[in-house]
Amino acid sequence: MLFEGLGFGLSAGEAVALTGPNGSGKTSLLRAIAGLVRPAAGRVRFAGPAGDLEPETARSSGLHLVGHLDGLKTSRTAWEELSFQARWTGGSDASARQALETMQIARLADLEVRMLSAGQRRRLALARLVASPRPLWLLDEPLAPLDSTQRARFGELMSAHLKTGGLVLAAVHDPLPIPARAVELQP
Amino acid sequence: MSAWVLLRRELALAWGRGGGPLLACAFYAGMTTLLPLASGPSPARLAVVAAGSAWAALALSSLLPLERLFERDFEDGALDLLVLGALPLELVCAVKCFAQWLATGAPLAILAPVVSSALGAPLSLAPLTFVCALIGGLGFAFTGGLGASLALGSRRGGLLVAVIVLPLFAPPVIFGGGAVAALAGGLGWTSGLMFLAAYSLAAVALAPFAMAAACRNALS
Amino acid sequence: MITALANPQRFLAFSRWAAPLFGAAAAMLLAAGLWLAFAAPPDYQQGDTVRILFVHVPAAELSLFAYVCLAGASFFGLVFRHALADAAARAAAPLGAGFTALALITGSFWGKPMWGAWWVWDPRLTSELILLLFYLGYMALQAAIEDEAKADRACAILALAGAVNVPIVHFSVTWWNSLHQGESVFTSKGPLIAGVYLWPWGLMTFGYIFLFASLWLVRTRAEIWRRRARSLALKAAG
Repeated sequence: MLFEGLGFGLSAGEAVALTGPNGSGKTSLLRAIAGLVRPAAGRVRFAGPAGDLEPETARSSGLHLVGHLDGLKTSRTAWEELSFQARWTGGSDASARQALETMQIARLADLEVRMLSAGQRRRLALARLVASPRPLWLLDEPLAPLDSTQRARFGELMSAHLKTGGLVLAAVHDPLPIPARAVELQP
Repeated sequence: MSAWVLLRRELALAWGRGGGPLLACAFYAGMTTLLPLASGPSPARLAVVAAGSAWAALALSSLLPLERLFERDFEDGALDLLVLGALPLELVCAVKCFAQWLATGAPLAILAPVVSSALGAPLSLAPLTFVCALIGGLGFAFTGGLGASLALGSRRGGLLVAVIVLPLFAPPVIFGGGAVAALAGGLGWTSGLMFLAAYSLAAVALAPFAMAAACRNALS
Repeated sequence: MITALANPQRFLAFSRWAAPLFGAAAAMLLAAGLWLAFAAPPDYQQGDTVRILFVHVPAAELSLFAYVCLAGASFFGLVFRHALADAAARAAAPLGAGFTALALITGSFWGKPMWGAWWVWDPRLTSELILLLFYLGYMALQAAIEDEAKADRACAILALAGAVNVPIVHFSVTWWNSLHQGESVFTSKGPLIAGVYLWPWGLMTFGYIFLFASLWLVRTRAEIWRRRARSLALKAAG
C-alpha cells in the first residue's frame, strides 16, 4: 500500500503541486485519477457544470496525462508523432502545427525523435497539451529535463491554461513556476 | 475517425524501419528451406507433407511480430495515451491486430502458396492455400494479440507468447491444414474452410475484450 | 457453500479437516478400484490391456475436471477480485497438468499393444496433449510475471480464453480425425461401457476426484500461507 486517507479537491483555474519523496505514490495517484490504476479503496469524482461526470467520459475526453516517459516512437519524426497525438486526443493537424510553434520546436518537425535531446523530447511530449484543449492536466515531473528559460515558458503556458478554467495537477520535486497549492504525500 | 488515424500509424510503424513484413517473410522462407535440408530433397516425400508444412510454418512465422505488438507501446508510455483516447481500448486492440494482419499476415498469405508449391505440393492446391492462409492469418493475428497482451510486462517475451498462444493456434491450424489436405485427397474441403473462417471471426469478435482486460492489468 | 468458503478463515478451518478426510476417502476408493480393475475379466477384444484404461480414462476426465475448476476459480477471481479464488486457481494448475500427463502416459502404454505404436494422433490423446500445452503455458505465464496480483489476473484471463478454446480444440480434433476415414478410430472409452467394468471405472473416477479435491485443498492452503508470509515480509521490509 502506498498511501491512505488522502483527500483533496481541485477546481477550475487551480493548480496543485504533488510533493513527496520518491516512492510516496505520486505517479500512482496521477495514474489512479487517470483511471489506469485502480485504488484499493476510495473514489475519484469528476464534477461538471451540470453534475458529476461519468469517469469514463471524463477520462477519455477531459484530461491529459503526460507521464515520466515521453510516449514517443523514436523512429518517427516529431511532426508525425505530434500529429498523431493531437488527432488522437481530439485536436487537428492545424492545432498541432500551432503547438509546435508555441513550444518553440517547429524547426525540429522533420527530425526523427531519436535525434532530439531529452529537453526537446519533453517539449514535444508536452506539445499535445497545447494541441488538444482538455481541461485537466495531469503532469508527472513535467519540467525535469527542461532548462530555466523553458521552465518559465511552460509556466506561462500553464497560467494561460488556468485562466481559461483549466486545472493542473503536477507531481514535482522542485517548485512549479506558477503559484500552486501543495499537497504532500507521506510514504 | 480515430480508428483510421490509429490504423495508419500502426501500419506505418509495422512497415517502417526494419521492414516488418519482409522480415517475417524472410523467416518463413528460411524455415521452409530447413524442411528439405532436414529430411532430404526427395520430391515424393516432400510433396506429401508440403502443404501441411507450409501451413505449420506460416503459423509459426505469424508469431514473430507478435512480441512487439503491445510491448513497444507499453515500454515507451504510448499505451497510456492510447488508453486515454476517444476510442475504447477494445477497439484499439482490434485495430492493432488488424494492422498486424494487413502488414504481416497478408504478405505471408501471398507467400504461402509459393512456399507450398516449392516444397512440391501440386499447383491445384495453391488457391485454397492462399485463402486459408489469409483467413487463418486473421485468426492468428487476433489470438496472437491476446497472447502478446497477456505477456506484457513479463520479460520472457517471444517464447512466452509462443507457448501461451500455441494451444489457441491449434484449431485454425487443424481446420486450415485439414481443408487443404482434404482438397489434396479429393474430399470435401469446404467444411474445413468454413470452420476456419468461423474461428477467425470468433477470434476477431472475442479476443479484443480479453486483450483490453490484459492491457489494463499490465498498466495497473 | 462456495460463498461460505469464500472467507479465508473459514476456508482454512474447513480444509484442515476436509483435506485429510478426502485423502483417506481417495485412498480407499483407489485401492478398491484398482483391486476390482485387476479382478475384472479381460475384455474379449483388448485382453488384459483394458486394465490400463481404468487408470487412463479417469485421469483424462480429471484433467478436464481440474480445468473446469481452474476456469471457475479464475472467473471468481477476475469478476469478484477475490484473492482466495486466485490462490485456488494457481493451486489447481499443476494438479491439472499432472492428471493430463498421467492420462497421456497411460494412454501411450495402452496404445502400444493396441495400435503397435507408442503414440497415435487419436482425438482424445491429441486433445489431451493440447490441454497439457495449455497448462504448461498457464504455469509459464504465472512464473513470468513478477507482480503477483497482475500475474493472477493475466492467468485468469488466459484460463477463461482457454475455457472457450477447449471445446473448440476437441471439436477440431474430432473433425480432423473423421476426415481420415481409412484409419481405425478407437474410442478408447468404448469397452468400459460393459457393466462389469462400470464398478472399477466408477471407483477409480471418484477416487481421483477425492484425490484431486484433497490435493487441491492442501495446495490452496499452502498458497494462502505463502501469500500471507510474503505480505508480512513486505511489511517488515517497510
